[in-house]
Amino acid sequence: MRPVTTILAKELRCYFVSPIVYVIAAVFLGLVGLLSYFAIVNASGQALRMMQVSNTYAQINLNELVFRPMFFSMNLVLMFVLPLLTMRTFAEERKLRTFELLLTSPVGINEIVSAKFLSVVVIYVILLLLTGLIPLALSAYVSFNWDPIWTGFLALLLQGAFMLAIGVVASAMTENQIIAAFLSFGIILLIWLLGLFATVLGDSTLGHILSYISFTEHYERLVRGLVSIKDIVYYLSGMAFMWFAAHQVIDAHRWK
Amino acid sequence: MIEVQHVTKRYGPITAVQDISFTVAEGEIVAFLGPNGAGKTTTMRILTGYMPATDGIVQVAGFDCHESPLEVKRRIGYLPEHPPLYLELTVQEYLIFVGRMKGVETSQLPRQMEHVIEKTGLGNVRGRVIGNLSRGYRQRVGLAQALIHDPPVLILDEPTVGLDPNQILEIRALIKGLAGSHTIILSTHILPEATALCDRVIIIHQGHIVAIDTHEQLAARLRRSEQLRITVKTSLPDMEQQLRTVDGVVSVSTGESANSYLIEAELGHDIREAVTQFVMTHQLGLLELSVISMSLEDVFIRLTNEDEQPNR
Repeated sequence: MRPVTTILAKELRCYFVSPIVYVIAAVFLGLVGLLSYFAIVNASGQALRMMQVSNTYAQINLNELVFRPMFFSMNLVLMFVLPLLTMRTFAEERKLRTFELLLTSPVGINEIVSAKFLSVVVIYVILLLLTGLIPLALSAYVSFNWDPIWTGFLALLLQGAFMLAIGVVASAMTENQIIAAFLSFGIILLIWLLGLFATVLGDSTLGHILSYISFTEHYERLVRGLVSIKDIVYYLSGMAFMWFAAHQVIDAHRWK
Repeated sequence: MIEVQHVTKRYGPITAVQDISFTVAEGEIVAFLGPNGAGKTTTMRILTGYMPATDGIVQVAGFDCHESPLEVKRRIGYLPEHPPLYLELTVQEYLIFVGRMKGVETSQLPRQMEHVIEKTGLGNVRGRVIGNLSRGYRQRVGLAQALIHDPPVLILDEPTVGLDPNQILEIRALIKGLAGSHTIILSTHILPEATALCDRVIIIHQGHIVAIDTHEQLAARLRRSEQLRITVKTSLPDMEQQLRTVDGVVSVSTGESANSYLIEAELGHDIREAVTQFVMTHQLGLLELSVISMSLEDVFIRLTNEDEQPNR
């Protein structure tokens, strides 16, 4: 455990002294803020119209009108932003030749991979906590059901962690950070597109398989407030697979 | 302490190291000598467990590199060709990180760090960010990193590259000071460094070991003849012919200055006395008589020159 915490601490230290985390945080929080602002403006417009029509104080559903679109647009933002967070994890170590230090230390590859993955997850969780300010601020003005919000954040956490795991694998494959970022973006996009193929294929075996592999349906269910073990297992197994893949990629590189 | 048996490393179709074997005893300093691309770094990377060998057995301190890599890694301090530095960290932060990675006890770490900082002369830059340090200091941080867990085996890939002459002397003195208590393998293409520091030299060329010996013995083994340079006050008109008549002399040529001659003798024949006798009898006035010993450069060039590869 000690090597994991050692590398994790070093990673976080390096992240927070480099500008990249601040840039990513600014872009992510800025976009999420803007998108939720649009959703809120849209919701208040609808509330106003309902008031004019029925002349009563309309009880609008904030979960439906604000938070669900917010969670879906955040998912889209993550797809672009998270590859930028993970691109340096291994690529930079290779480029700076510090990977040689890690691999010649009495530390297992599994520990290195775990520490790297945890470091980006920690940063991501901090970002997520900051977006939590949006429902918190809204709750001062209106009342709404918090349950779908919790599941929405759970969905975001799992979805983001899966994307980060993909990004870590991509970064382990190359020493070029740009390539790593594009590679993870490409893989994430591909998995997302599988969901679209699945809807085209409809109710067939292949359709069901693709739909299971893609994160779209799992994410949607969680955002709608349906927490099932099946979806959580999907994300956890996806992460475990990526963890294994990263281990294999690094081990294979040693033989080259 | 280190045992390498029939190790081969291939990168795809390219063979970087072919069937090399050697052993290093405890407390010995051994130099890997060879031109760039000879396979020095590859051999070191295999020893440190950074990459596995395609074939062969490597043992460090009794542990097999393949079977118990962590035990081997615990016992090795490694300075790669490019010091593995995190440029965002300060020297102290970096050394603490490496110390923890190498498994130094938390209670021992501060003392261990003070010790290596003092040894490598990093005292006045300890709080500075590594990215702002000069090349010489970075190299020292790299060396400090290799020493932090006080490993019995040190593997140093070109430890003095990029340093100024004073720093080179300091680092050499430091390495020399580690001898005895540590087993050290260092690679270099600076020949005097190998001569100055090492007990034995392993010459690698194109992935093969072409020679392993002390440099004096290597020179002696390769010397096909003893060479002698003499300078006299006055020469005889047929000096070269006359000299050839001396017992044991093979050939004579004129030296770089007037009245100086290079005399080659049969191997194992000490002709110094006979030559002195010759000069005395002809009353030529002996100004200089010196044995020309083969430098490591000559040995190296001769060994890595493929036309005349000597017997191993």
